[in-house]
Amino acid sequence: MSTTTPTAAEPTTPVGKAADYLDQRTKVGVLTKQLVRKVFPDHWSFMLGEIALFSFVVLLISGVFLTMFFEPSMALVHYENEHPASMQGQLMSVAFASTLDMSFEVRGGLLMRQIHHWSALVFMAGIVVHMMRVFFTGAFRKPRELNWLVGTMLMILGLLAGFSGYSLPDDVLSGNGLRIADGVIKSIPIIGSYTSYFVFGGEFPGEHIIPRLFTVHILLIPALLLALIGVHLFLMVLNKHTQYPGSGRTDKNVVGYPAVPVFATKMAGNFFIIFGVLALMGGTMAINNVWNYGPYDPSPVGAGAQPDWYMLFLEGSLRLMPGQTEIVIAGYTLSLNVLVPAVIIPGLLFTFLFVYPFIEAKVTGDKREHHVLDRPRNVPTRTGLGVAFLTAFIILALAGSNDLIATHFDMSINAITWAFRILFFVGPWFAFWITKRICLGLQRKDRELVLHGHETGRIVRFANGEYIEVHRPLDEHERWLRVNYEAHAPLEIEPATDARGVRRRGYKADRRWQRLSRFFFEDRVEPVTPSELEAAHSHGEHDELEPSHGSPELVSGSRSVEQEH
Amino acid sequence: MSANQNPQGPSGDLTPHDSEHGALVQADRFPDPGVHEHKPRLTDTDPRSAKRNERLIALLFVISALGTIASLWAYFAVRPDGTTEGVRLSTIALGVTMAISLFGIGIAAVQWAKTLMSNREYTEERHSSASSAEVREAVAVQFKEGAEDAGIARRPVLLGSVGLALALFPLTIAVPLVSSVGGDWNVSKFRHTIWGKGVRLAYDPSGRLIRAADLTIGSVAHVIPDVPAEERESHHWITEKAKAVVLLVRLDPRDLKRDHREGASHDGIVAYSKICTHVGCPVALYEQQTHHLLCPCHQSTFDIADGAKVVFGPAKRPLPQLPITVDDEGYLVAEDDFNEPIGPSYWERLK
Ligand code: FES
Repeated sequence: MSTTTPTAAEPTTPVGKAADYLDQRTKVGVLTKQLVRKVFPDHWSFMLGEIALFSFVVLLISGVFLTMFFEPSMALVHYENEHPASMQGQLMSVAFASTLDMSFEVRGGLLMRQIHHWSALVFMAGIVVHMMRVFFTGAFRKPRELNWLVGTMLMILGLLAGFSGYSLPDDVLSGNGLRIADGVIKSIPIIGSYTSYFVFGGEFPGEHIIPRLFTVHILLIPALLLALIGVHLFLMVLNKHTQYPGSGRTDKNVVGYPAVPVFATKMAGNFFIIFGVLALMGGTMAINNVWNYGPYDPSPVGAGAQPDWYMLFLEGSLRLMPGQTEIVIAGYTLSLNVLVPAVIIPGLLFTFLFVYPFIEAKVTGDKREHHVLDRPRNVPTRTGLGVAFLTAFIILALAGSNDLIATHFDMSINAITWAFRILFFVGPWFAFWITKRICLGLQRKDRELVLHGHETGRIVRFANGEYIEVHRPLDEHERWLRVNYEAHAPLEIEPATDARGVRRRGYKADRRWQRLSRFFFEDRVEPVTPSELEAAHSHGEHDELEPSHGSPELVSGSRSVEQEH
Repeated sequence: MSANQNPQGPSGDLTPHDSEHGALVQADRFPDPGVHEHKPRLTDTDPRSAKRNERLIALLFVISALGTIASLWAYFAVRPDGTTEGVRLSTIALGVTMAISLFGIGIAAVQWAKTLMSNREYTEERHSSASSAEVREAVAVQFKEGAEDAGIARRPVLLGSVGLALALFPLTIAVPLVSSVGGDWNVSKFRHTIWGKGVRLAYDPSGRLIRAADLTIGSVAHVIPDVPAEERESHHWITEKAKAVVLLVRLDPRDLKRDHREGASHDGIVAYSKICTHVGCPVALYEQQTHHLLCPCHQSTFDIADGAKVVFGPAKRPLPQLPITVDDEGYLVAEDDFNEPIGPSYWERLK
């Protein structure tokens, strides 16, 4: 009369019984078997993504609280409540009134608003820093290119979530933000005016935008974010996490701690710590006190008003573009002065993020899976490009605060704007160049360390009167860290004509890729090989004073034989 | 050992390496020394240290519980009196106690994981992310069989008609949505404001009328069209106001080099649209000495004395000028609407 499956022994404990009940209906055992002791590598930088994830959870929790009290309506009312006194009797939208109400009348409401706002800022910061970690360590390489795309989409959705939420209270500041957005939309060729009507349900500001943004903010974007976060984490588990290079870490294994208990406990701990930080920020740091700005009115505008940090680069980009670039073609107006900074430049920045993994895969010609991360120095061109990208982003963001810089340092705003205009072109280029130099320098330093060991500060005098400093050779773990990398060579391509002199199709494209590949890998520092180390030692102790001659330290040009990956 | 090395390609152990010197270098690699030996922590070897940590962790959890109790106390005891300071105080009390409650759990958990849970590292094998050739083969066969069962290849009419139906059905939602989502879709509204011949100028926001004689040289006024007070409490008004706001400046007539619109000024009084021709912020910062009007959003600077032409920044066009005069009672009135769309440029602006 046994009703259990024939293989399972009758469970006796309550937990066992519950598990048995569940498993008989869901086969959940198969799934958990994979997960419970799954190994996760540990490193502080792997926590950056958790910051983004957990601030998102906090956003959901605090967001639900806020939706209980927020009324997304643009109907006009006179504010009846006693507090804040400055708003008494003012005409305002219900959205703004309910924002005041939840701040002043709902106990803990202001705390939740502030936690929500700070979480949004930290969420975006977490995403950006996490992306930097992934980029600079090459974690986007095969098989994780798709997850990089998912992550980039998450970042863009995060921007939209932030902007749509920022606009909801219907205050002067966010209203002007919306108006800027409207101006940008109108600059789109051909469909601009209609797109503006599409968004606002008529002319700006109309009476539809707040309810529409509300739906976007609490339904559409969070649903997409949740779905994509699900995909993001699923792929992370499926591909298993990457690991930093080190002894015993290879592309064929994963070294770390089991999910249960260490990894899960740390992760849960991190959630509470991050939540705690956000609660502390929300409790003690005032943010977006909308009653100081007042309800939306198309006339006033505050000087020195700043958008949330992740929008600053757009603001700066708009500020830097000279106005002369608005042109008229056959009677139609093409506002390049808006289109370029607000649509094309962000478009290019995002495109770079989307395509970079594929470009790098193409110029390395590498089709293998990579699970061991790169040390940033070992891929100088990538690291340089990443720093150049960040430099462009930071220059634009700083330009978005050029008025604050001007008043703070008492400088002319025109001069600052001009300085930023020039910097925007020169800065990234310079940042690339210097970063690449630094990386190559660090690689050479690695070589020197491997070949000659650490300086000990101990000076020895030889019989012939010569002084040398004693060097301590590296232990095998440190040596492995410094030699275990691959210096890609530029692509080799097949010749333009085949053996019978017939022109090969696709040669031109190949040439272009090869040129790009040269840009990436022309300059490279090869890791030390055992024979080089031996050669360095056989030159005798004297050699430790200076690097050996003729060692192929900095290699230029291509390998003469094609790599067959 | 070689199993631990990154694959170096199938080229064997001789890889031509340094073409410049033409030398062949052995593609020799250092061996992977393998995972570090496991080093026991103090808590692994010293039971007293382990005990200490256990107590510390328990204490942290207790602190969290106390934080929660403190938070409840703060909720009931620190009642905001409605003033900004009162609300601020309650927010701080609730936030800090909440943070204590959260930090207690978080720090305890991390400390527990770091000191008391095993820190032995495990090595797990990775498998290729791709499915095996057999699996792929099997899936291809499955799809082929499926397609055969469905008979798609034999029934092209079905394929065409299903495509047609699927492509069309979204229209049942899209057409009603699109037809209403943009209001009346009449984008020509951008061209007009409620200004017109004889509309009086009024101060924003009081609605008081403006007498030309009251304006001293150098004075600035934020101006709206004079409409009945009840009308100013409607949504329609906000949308109209968003287009109609004007900045009025009285210059010394000798300083006024030029109007943007012929004859639009009155006795040194100029009225320009307050909506920036860049992306539409209200232009609000006026500098008396230079007659420059600065948009705080992206710093477009307009010269009010010289037809509001752009002297700096990302805007291209001058601000549109409202033609004004005085009526019999000495009040400022508009002579006409703007003769061009105000605010940011758009594709068919000049059409
Ligand atoms: S909106 Fe005025 S400068 Fe951009």
